[in-house]
Amino acid sequence: MRIACPYCGERSLDEFLYSGDATVKRPDFASPTAANEFVSYTYERSNPPGMHRELWYHSAGCHAWLVVTRGIATHAITSVEVARDVALNEKPATKDSI
Amino acid sequence: MATPGQGSGTGSQPNRLETGGLVDRSRIVRFTFDGKTYTGHPGDTLASALIANGVSLTGRSFKYHRPRGILSAGSEEPNALVELREGARREPNTRATVAEVFDGLVARSQNRWPSLDFDVMAVNSLLSPIFVAGFYYKTFMWPSALWEKLYEPAIRRAAGLGRASDEADPDTYDKATAFADVLVIGGGTAGLAAALAAARTNARVILVDENATLGGRGVDDGADINGNPAHEWVRTVEAELSSAPNVRILRRTTAFGTYDGGTYGAVERVSDHLAVAAQGVPRQRLWRIVAKETVLASGATERPVVFGGNDRPGVMLAGAVRTYINRFGVLPGRRAVVFTNNDYGASTVAALKRAGAEVVALVDSRAQISDEVKRIASEAGARLLLGAVVTGTLGKKRVTGVTIHTRTGEEERLDCDLVAMSGGWNPNIQLTTHLGSKPTWNDKLLCFLPGTLPHGMSLAGAVAGDFTLGKTLVGGTSAGSAAVTAAGYAAVSVPVPKAADESDAVAPLWRVKSPNGKAFVDQQNDVTESDIELAEREGFRAVEHLKRYTTLGMATDQGRTANVNALAIMAEITGRTIPQTGITVARPPYTPVSLGTLAGHHREKHFKPTRLPPSYRWAKENGCVFVETGLWLRPSYFPRPGEKDWLETVKREVTTVRNAVGICDVSTLGKVDLQGADTAAFLDRIYMNGLKTLPIGKCRYGGMLREDGILMDDGTVARLGENHYFITTTTANAVKVVQHMEYCAQWLWPELDVQIVSATEQWAQYAVAGPKSRELLQKIVDPAFDITDAGFPYLGVGEITVCGGIKARLFRLSFSGERAYEIGVPARYGDALMRRLAEAGKEFGACAYGTEALGVMRIEKGHISGPELNGTTTPRDVGLGGMVSTKKDFIGHVLGKRPGLVDPERPALIGFRPLDRSQRLRSGAHFLKRDAQATAENDEGYMTSVAYSPSNGHWVGLGLLKRGPERIGEIVRAYDPVRGGDTLVEVVSPVFVDPEGVRVRG
Repeated sequence: MRIACPYCGERSLDEFLYSGDATVKRPDFASPTAANEFVSYTYERSNPPGMHRELWYHSAGCHAWLVVTRGIATHAITSVEVARDVALNEKPATKDSI
Repeated sequence: MATPGQGSGTGSQPNRLETGGLVDRSRIVRFTFDGKTYTGHPGDTLASALIANGVSLTGRSFKYHRPRGILSAGSEEPNALVELREGARREPNTRATVAEVFDGLVARSQNRWPSLDFDVMAVNSLLSPIFVAGFYYKTFMWPSALWEKLYEPAIRRAAGLGRASDEADPDTYDKATAFADVLVIGGGTAGLAAALAAARTNARVILVDENATLGGRGVDDGADINGNPAHEWVRTVEAELSSAPNVRILRRTTAFGTYDGGTYGAVERVSDHLAVAAQGVPRQRLWRIVAKETVLASGATERPVVFGGNDRPGVMLAGAVRTYINRFGVLPGRRAVVFTNNDYGASTVAALKRAGAEVVALVDSRAQISDEVKRIASEAGARLLLGAVVTGTLGKKRVTGVTIHTRTGEEERLDCDLVAMSGGWNPNIQLTTHLGSKPTWNDKLLCFLPGTLPHGMSLAGAVAGDFTLGKTLVGGTSAGSAAVTAAGYAAVSVPVPKAADESDAVAPLWRVKSPNGKAFVDQQNDVTESDIELAEREGFRAVEHLKRYTTLGMATDQGRTANVNALAIMAEITGRTIPQTGITVARPPYTPVSLGTLAGHHREKHFKPTRLPPSYRWAKENGCVFVETGLWLRPSYFPRPGEKDWLETVKREVTTVRNAVGICDVSTLGKVDLQGADTAAFLDRIYMNGLKTLPIGKCRYGGMLREDGILMDDGTVARLGENHYFITTTTANAVKVVQHMEYCAQWLWPELDVQIVSATEQWAQYAVAGPKSRELLQKIVDPAFDITDAGFPYLGVGEITVCGGIKARLFRLSFSGERAYEIGVPARYGDALMRRLAEAGKEFGACAYGTEALGVMRIEKGHISGPELNGTTTPRDVGLGGMVSTKKDFIGHVLGKRPGLVDPERPALIGFRPLDRSQRLRSGAHFLKRDAQATAENDEGYMTSVAYSPSNGHWVGLGLLKRGPERIGEIVRAYDPVRGGDTLVEVVSPVFVDPEGVRVRG
């Protein structure tokens, strides 16, 4: 498999580390139900067929964390985004949120 | 007309034709087979050279030990498996049909004892009723205790094929990656036409072919292209491609696997055709080829026909017969019967006739054939037996004749020494199925054709069902042009070479009814058509069950000559169509790949890279003993003359540190430099303890948790400036911690301004520890810097210069419990600083110490390390519960509070010493109450770290004991059944030296 890193270009799979689901969001520690939310965040994953949004780390390259959209049966990759940009888009700057 | 000759130039090769073939007749090579010397020519395979010498018996079969010969002329060969070479280079199960001969080659037949000619295990043939499909499952089931001791070893001895060498492989194997705009797999006529069309642009083209010479079936069949022999056209194209700077031709290279993203695996047999690889040249090279577009021109493999005794030496695939005549100039037999269900019978008859053989008969299972075929048969003087089949073969170790069942139902015998058979062609679709695509059955061509192709792949030639020469050239040229256009190049118009299209008409014939003798479907695994019938009767009708029950297709050839016939026979038995019965898909590799090739240079010392700390050279010069920790080679201890063992050395090093001063290379610890306005806030969310209050110029111990609340790593955090921090990690977790920090910074908290860079390699760092450490440092540190206790107290950090202006960092940290410092310099000064410290330390009685002494001293102080930071412990378990902040969010905060992780019953860190002080302790020993039975239920934890403590004069240990800290003074058992240990130990404070912590402060 080859992943097109937005910084480094298309590189071989062995430069990357897979690190799981990119759709789970770290809960707020102050939430009254934080205990359950963190259990779900840390352990619970569904594994539906089709396209997945996954976190990958370009460990033997630029050290960027990436959000890769990939079909788990076909290994077809439809997008590779910089994780920081994805995170910033999904969560506007909230420096004082904790 | 060529004739088999005894004349000049052929030496003693009785079956070498006078002329023809592409071997180099000007040179002779000598080789041995089963100890007897033969000659061949460069360009021969072992198979063609054996045929030239009249050797037809090459081995014994896997199960029945039947005599076997050469069936094919390519990588699909199931029978002619041999052992090549000797000593450390001896390799089993090599196909004689692809092994090139060279001067001095030593080859042996396999699976026979005492000799190929007389094999006692051939008695298995008589026992064949019990060796049927599934016999392993039926015969050796009871009693099960005998399986391991008796059945399995006996079966292995009897059934084994070749013997691998017991010695280390003396050859080297390479790995390489290549990128192509267009990759062409297969150098037959289709592949050459495709490569040529692609190469005339500027595109990067790679052509791989598994044979030593290009040309494929076009050359094998001796056909004409553009009015000249095909091999002349091949030579012209090859010359153009070879001189083109944008083309790489990889001969003797098998593309064995298709992978995602246009990636292909290939093995180049760089030196397999030489006795010994040249100096600096690998035996084989593993290629990873990444291609924008790929033209698969992998050709087709001929199907045998399943009839009685179809495995007897002298029965050969018809296409292979033509290959031996046209490519190698050898004649596999003098009196031939051609048995076929397709029009390629005609070209086989013609080739045999041209080579001077007598063609006894053309036996064609079809009642009607074309006049052209009839004409060729009649010209060759061959009897034409239409609607007839060969039912069996006569002879023992070589065919002497066949039995024929004629159209009118009569039995007839024909004398012959060669049966050239053809059941049609199977396109070599393996590489199209590796990513999961299913092939489709074609009723007209009677074969599976590729289904949906992997992205970027197109087909040319026989693999696409275009079997005839003219079509391969048309298809190849257009596939090459289309591929290069798809890769983004403007295609150049290339004239299509002209060649006639032979007839490829075919009618179904999978097996002969009522065969005379055993009729083999899978010759390598000795599976017969009656095994398939048996499997069907016993309910194994699904193709995957058939395969596993009979072992069909599970040999090293993956059933390349067997699978389709097996499917067709099962379809016939069950009254289904072939597609209803199943399909055959392949997994990589297409042909076997040796493990040495996959390992490449990554063997022995080169299995992993070795990392050397900055003081490595100095340490080596000073007699250091090193220890591997991860990739690092760290100084373990520094023995001095007269010291009788490591323990004496380590005692001396510990004592020197406790009484004077020692120097230890701690550069392997992970180091991370963090900068940015929000670094303090960032670190506060990563570490479990509070860091916001850490002042500039100070450092603090810190621990990190995983999100599940388990300790991940520990180390120190130093604040060098307002927004500048420098942290250390354990050696083992240096990479993991950086990855974790990047994850947190980029994904969890992208709004924080923090930049992270690993500095592990950039800084050499030495611990200088002991009561005289400051005095030693004062010899090094430039006088402008105040390192007195007042100016540079415990946990101080400073950027300084040493040795006259070299920038350095000084940390007042202690892992040993003594007054101690860590001094860091840019790595390029690491060696020089070690030498300077050693020299300057002489007057203080300094010594270097390694990881052993380091370990002893940290255990004496109760500091945790790898054995306690083992991925199962919480901060509370190791005595750091008090450090954990309750006020802030940090990784691991929420889940770390789960009841199971804060259960007071959990084993927690505490110290141990033997009740009888002379006894030694063992890590890994489990704790039991003093009077408890040694059962798992009574287990109360285990010893994690032990050391002989020179400072105490006895062994000391750290361990995780249930409610450990509450049990000081209690006597428990340290039970170690693995090593026979059962020691009474006393629960004590884990700090065995200077419990008040006075010494570190000086």
